[in-house]
Parts: sequence; structure tokens; C-alpha cells
Amino acid sequence: MHARFSLALLLAGSAASGADFAADIAPLLESHCAACHSQARAAGGLAIVSRQSLLDKKVVVPGKPDASTLYTLAALPSDKRGAMPPGGPRLPEPQLAKLRQWIEAGAVWPAGVALKTGPATGPADENDTVRKIHARITARPSAANPGAKYSITIPNSAVQYEMVPVPAGEFQMGPRKVRVDTFWMQAHEVTWDEYRLFMFQTQTGRTPTKDAIVDAVAGPTRPYVEMSFGMGINGFPAISMTQHAANKYAEWLSARTGEFYRLPTEAEWEYACRAGGTGQTDAWHSGNSNGKYQLIGKKQPNAWGLYDMLGNVMEWTLDQYGPYEASGVVDNPWVRSTMPYPHAVRGGSWNDAAAELNCTVRVASDATWKQQDPQLPKSIWYMTDAQWLGFRLVRPVKVPQSDTMFGYWNNGVEHDEQ
Amino acid sequence: MSTNETFTGRRDFLKTAGVAAAAGFPAVIRAQTVTNAIKVGLVGCGGRGTGAASQALRADDYAELVAVADVDQAQVDKSLGTLKKIQRIGGRVKVESDKQFLGLDAYQKVIASGADVILLATPPGFRPLHLASCIAANKNVFCEKPVATDAPGVRAALKAAEDAKAKNLSLVAGFCWRYNAMIVDTFQQIKDGAIGKMAAYYATYYTSPVKPMPPAATRPEGMSDVQWQTRNWYNFVWLCGDSLVEQAVHSVDKVAWAMGDIAPVSCVGVGGRTIPAEGGNIYDHFEINYLYPNGVRAFIANRQIENCYNENSDYIIGSEGTCTIGRGPRPKIEGKTNWTWSGQPYDMYQREHDVLFASLRKNTPINDGTRLATSTMLAIMGRMAAYTGQQVTWEQAMNSQESLVPDKIDWNGSLEVKPLARPGVTKLI
Repeated sequence: MHARFSLALLLAGSAASGADFAADIAPLLESHCAACHSQARAAGGLAIVSRQSLLDKKVVVPGKPDASTLYTLAALPSDKRGAMPPGGPRLPEPQLAKLRQWIEAGAVWPAGVALKTGPATGPADENDTVRKIHARITARPSAANPGAKYSITIPNSAVQYEMVPVPAGEFQMGPRKVRVDTFWMQAHEVTWDEYRLFMFQTQTGRTPTKDAIVDAVAGPTRPYVEMSFGMGINGFPAISMTQHAANKYAEWLSARTGEFYRLPTEAEWEYACRAGGTGQTDAWHSGNSNGKYQLIGKKQPNAWGLYDMLGNVMEWTLDQYGPYEASGVVDNPWVRSTMPYPHAVRGGSWNDAAAELNCTVRVASDATWKQQDPQLPKSIWYMTDAQWLGFRLVRPVKVPQSDTMFGYWNNGVEHDEQ
Repeated sequence: MSTNETFTGRRDFLKTAGVAAAAGFPAVIRAQTVTNAIKVGLVGCGGRGTGAASQALRADDYAELVAVADVDQAQVDKSLGTLKKIQRIGGRVKVESDKQFLGLDAYQKVIASGADVILLATPPGFRPLHLASCIAANKNVFCEKPVATDAPGVRAALKAAEDAKAKNLSLVAGFCWRYNAMIVDTFQQIKDGAIGKMAAYYATYYTSPVKPMPPAATRPEGMSDVQWQTRNWYNFVWLCGDSLVEQAVHSVDKVAWAMGDIAPVSCVGVGGRTIPAEGGNIYDHFEINYLYPNGVRAFIANRQIENCYNENSDYIIGSEGTCTIGRGPRPKIEGKTNWTWSGQPYDMYQREHDVLFASLRKNTPINDGTRLATSTMLAIMGRMAAYTGQQVTWEQAMNSQESLVPDKIDWNGSLEVKPLARPGVTKLI
């Protein structure tokens, strides 16, 4: 209460000057809110694009700042749950005061004033990189027959991977029916052969690709430890990367090949795992894997030709982990990230009992997966303790707009809450 | 402040202050300062030092960070900013701007700041001086590995370890595997005879390069040799000790541990550099063969070159079985005994500090100082063998007069970089 009073006094003092939307509020929204609450990302379902968008989601109640979460969450100390922007820093007091004052005065957003949006973190040109990759992808002749599987060699390497078609369809996922569009999925988990091309691309001494767009994609820092932990490189699945790292690999591979890749949503992953039934019948688990991951593709694939969906290594999905929202029928669900943990991980691994391996078991990512990182801040690229965690990518047949692509490749929550 | 006045250090953080302390030295309790807090000072605010500080504050709910030292204000700001953001400990980061010290002598100011525990996390070349000064001022210490880069530094550290023992101070070393139940249990199995009689230990430390030297052209105008070398410390032998001493020393320490921390007879080794040194003077590969009493051998292979086979493992070969660590997440023993470690993994870095702070609260000092120094020496000995191409005995190594760290270091001074060692040409000193 006391704090409120003094804030009110502060406001009274500056009230004469007023809070101007274009001069005071728009820049504040642009720099602190719009990166996540853009049309494309709409974190938490909120896209700040107009006055109406704020009223619709009830984050602004004109005249009542204390009933407006746009203000109250921004005014929380940055270490409190729900505080905005997530992970801080808190808005400076003068900006908070302006925000309060603007809501008190009726939250006027003049017609024709639009926010200029940019990425949540990192250099401002990341959006530009995505636009260039998007242009590269869309400049190519339209995709091969979406019903056919194919192989592709990563340019300037001898490393190949195989894409398997997954037909559009519908299945029961928890309490609701889910429909997914057509996509290709990598037949195998991403191997070290593939991932190391990306992992070491930013290291000193490498030969630049001489491809400015590829080189502009952020890549992992130098690992301090040997990341395969002695389990093998050639033909073995890559492990111990963060979801952010997997997203950046997808961006890098898209730039490299001119095909659009991203992590599967949790729904796409489960749909592909089931392959119209209950998935593969044999897998690498703790009872047969001799305490380590195994070469990819040594077990029978599922009915759609996908190998090791179950077992060997767990696989990242795009989604934040949580109870399934909605019942009825949902099209292409994707639970966007609003916090670093937990994300949904699927498929089980060599470290899990056979009984744990099926297409519906969900695992929630956790901060302890990087507890052995002795440095602070902890790496945004490695999860040293998750030696049973990898990923594979999908290629949707429908290529999205550039800003949606940005959202797929930038979860915005790669820095740990401490 | 003379040493005598603070000989016992501040011990009022003992939970039973004034009572338990009588077992050692009478406690110096200033009534107005009895807070029951343990005050922590950090020397070296890089990623590892910041990590150590967070572990220290997590280890004890009444530990407070009170002073820090670094050579770079930006590093201090980054470190404190990171720590303050951690909900559980942020409120106990109490380092006002007048307790943020910069420069090569900043460690002295942290020691004088009233801290009870000092965390030493600078490049290792500076460590012998830092450790000796802390112990002289009756400070408990968490000391990162390695403790030195040359034999004179190791001897200074050994002396400091003895002094710490005499003064009942705790000195915990950053050889973290010694605090990991996974390896503790595994080595206990070996000690209990699970592989029979040990014949050989083969350790690999094949990784990518760490902190490679930037091109000389990126050196800012007017930056002194000492500043340039300190900022790129991993590339200079006097500062880092070379990769065998700075990084693979974890493997070297496991060898020492498995051998019961006894001295080897001698060693021979090969090593060299294939990546352009860019003005630095460390090797990028080593292979060392140590001879222990009774003909037991230890081989350590270390490489930090890109696009090569990587592995960080230990193979301990005995008359009745083999123990393998690092081929998969759990150590295993195969042979007469078949055993796989089945414990619950935990954060060994945190455990080091949990043990240290518990020792302070209980007034039961722990002292890892001697093995910190001897394991460091074991690695330096291997480097000497590779650099010179000679067989090096433990006595030769321990008595080496080669001093790599200058006596006086001027932050703005010039400092010549010794040429890359050449086997057969470089002398054993």
C-alpha cells in the first residue's frame, strides 16, 4: 500500500505533462512487450496490436491500472512469478508511472499508430536473417511430391538424411481430437554427423561457408566437455542440446538446404509416432542398450518408416509442457513457450524401462538437466546431464510466413530462470 | 593489521560460537558483529568464479557474498548481475561498489574485506600467491584446480596447505570428481579388489580447443602484454600451465587418486602443436606415460583439436577385470566382478561447497591442499617430459627451479612470450 501511495504522489507530480501514446507508451510496448506479444508469437495468447487487442484479453481496463495486468505484472518485482517482462529487467519507474497514467487516462491508442516489432532478444538483425531464409525457401520451386520419401545431402558435406512423408490426419490426443497437416519427418534421430556440422560451424579455424545467410544463424558455443560422453559419434544420435539449440539447428539446416525445417509440435510427434496404430514394436531401452545410446535405425521402423521414435534418445518437441488445453477437435495445436521449463519431450530413451516407451508418455524438461554446467550463467546450448535427449525435425508441406518462422526458431526463453 | 591479531580468523559463524571454537583457538567474537553469517569473497569473476559463488551461497542459507576481485569491471558487473537474479541467493549478494576491487592486487582487498571464506577462481598462474596470502590471513578457501603452473608454485601451495592444517582452516580443492559419489564408489570397488591387482590406467581427454587465441590484429591499441596475455590466459603456459595442467588435470587427478595419491617414479611423454599458435605458447596435444612403483603404468592422452575423435574416459585394467568410466553415463566394472554404478547422480560442484560450509559450521576443518598440489605437480611433470623430450623423475619435477610466473607483474608492463617448447631443445630446469 505504502508503495502505491508514493507512486501515486509521483504520478500526481508528473500528471501535468501527461502520457502520450506515440511518445511514451508505444516505445515502451515495442521494447519490452512486443517481441513476445507480437501477431506472430502471441505469447500466452496475447498479441499487442491495437487498443482492442488489450481490451479483448482484459489486460487493460481503461481508467483502472490496478485492475490491468499490463500494468500490475510489469510493476511486480522481477523475481516474482508472473512478473513481466519474464526474466526481467523490470521496467524503470518513470516508464511504469507513464504506463499507469496512460491507463488511468483511458488508455487512448490513436488510430493509425502501429507498433514496430522486433525479436525478443539478440541482435536486431535476427528477424532479417529469418526473412532472408524465408525468401530463399520460397524462391525454390514448390516441394517435391508430398507423398514421397526422399534423401538429401547437406550442402558441402557428405552427410545425408532421409525424409519420410506423414499424411494429414486426425487422432485422439488426451481429451481431444487433434488434426495435423501434411509434413515430412526425418526418418531418423539427428546424428552427430549432422549436428556437428552445425555445432562446430562457429568455431575458430573453421572454413566459413561463404554463405552469409547460413553464417548469420547463431550457433553453439564451444563445448567444455566431450559431448558424446564416449557413447560414439558416427551414426549415433546427437544428445544433450537445449531446445534452443535444436531450434537453431532447424534454422541453420533450413538456410543450408532451402527447405523449411522445425521441431515437431507435440501433437505432430505423437501422431507420427503412432503411425495410425500404436507405433514401433521393438526399441532400445534400459534392458537391452548396455547403458548407452545405439546406432540409429537398427530396430524395425513404425508403419510409416520412422525409426527409433520410441527409445534410443528422447526427442524435443516445440511445445511448452502442460495439461492439454481444450477438448473437442483442435487443428495443429502448438503450445508456445512462455518460460524456460518445462518443455514437452517424447519417446523415452535407452535409459528408460521398456514399459515406459510408448507414443503417449510425456516427459517435462527440467533445470537439473544442466546442473553439471559449472559456469554461470549456464549455457543456453548444452544440457550436459541429459545424455539421453536428442531430436528430429519435420518439414511442413505448407511453408509459413517469415514472422511465424521466426517464432518456430526463437522460443524467447532460452535463458534459464535462476 | 598484523597477522597475529587475526591468527584465528573470524570464527563467530560457528553455530555454537565461543564453545566449539574452544577446541581449536579461542574465538574472536566482537559482540556487535556476531551475525552468524559466513562472509564470502570471490577472486576471479569469470563463469567458473560466478558459478562457485552461487554454489557457496546455496550451500549455507546465511552465507553472504561481501567482496569481489577481477581485472575487469564489466566482468564484475556481469557476475554480480547474474548472481543477484537468482531468487534463492540474490538477496545475499551484498557487494557494494566499494567492495568491488579491480586489478592484480585486488585479491588483497578481498582478503582484507572481512570475508571468512575466499573463493579462488582466477587463471591458475596467479593461484599460489592468492592461496598463500589467504592462508597467511587465516581465511578458509575454496581453491579451483590446478593450484599452480610451475614447481615453485606447487611448493608454495604445499606450504600453504600445511599452514592451513596448523591453523585449522578449511581448504577445499576444485578437483570435483573427488566429490562425486559416482567416482568415489567406483574407486572404492577397485580398492576393494574388484579388478584384482591394478596393472595400468589409461585416461583420455580428447576435446575441442578451449578459448583459442584471437588473431593478433584484434588486440586493442595500447593494451599491454600483461593485459593481452591475461585476457587470453588459456594460451600462455605461465598463466594456464597448458591443457594437460589446466584441463586434463581432472584425468591426472583421477590417476593420482586411483594410485592412492602416492608419488610416481618417473614419466616420459610426447606432445606438440599443429594449430597455429597465434602468439600463444601452449601445445594442443600430449600423451604421457607415468611409471608407478611395482611397474604399474598410467597413460594419459590429451588433445584439443577440432574435427578429431573426442573422448573423455578412464580405463583401469587389473589382473581380474577392467573398470571403465566415461563410456556411457555410468561407470562399470567387467571381469571377476560385474558391477555398474547405480546411484543417484547429483551436482558435484554444489557438493564441494556443501562440504566446505558444513565443515565451517561444525568446526571440523577439511584440507584437500596436499593432494591439490601433488595432482597439479603430476600434470606439470608430464608437461615437462613432453616439452623437453626427457624422462623426468618425480624428484626432478618436485625440485624443478623453472619459474614461469614473473615475480613482479605490472598490469601495464611488457612481458615476453617464451617460444613454444621444442623436445630435445627445451631444457629441463
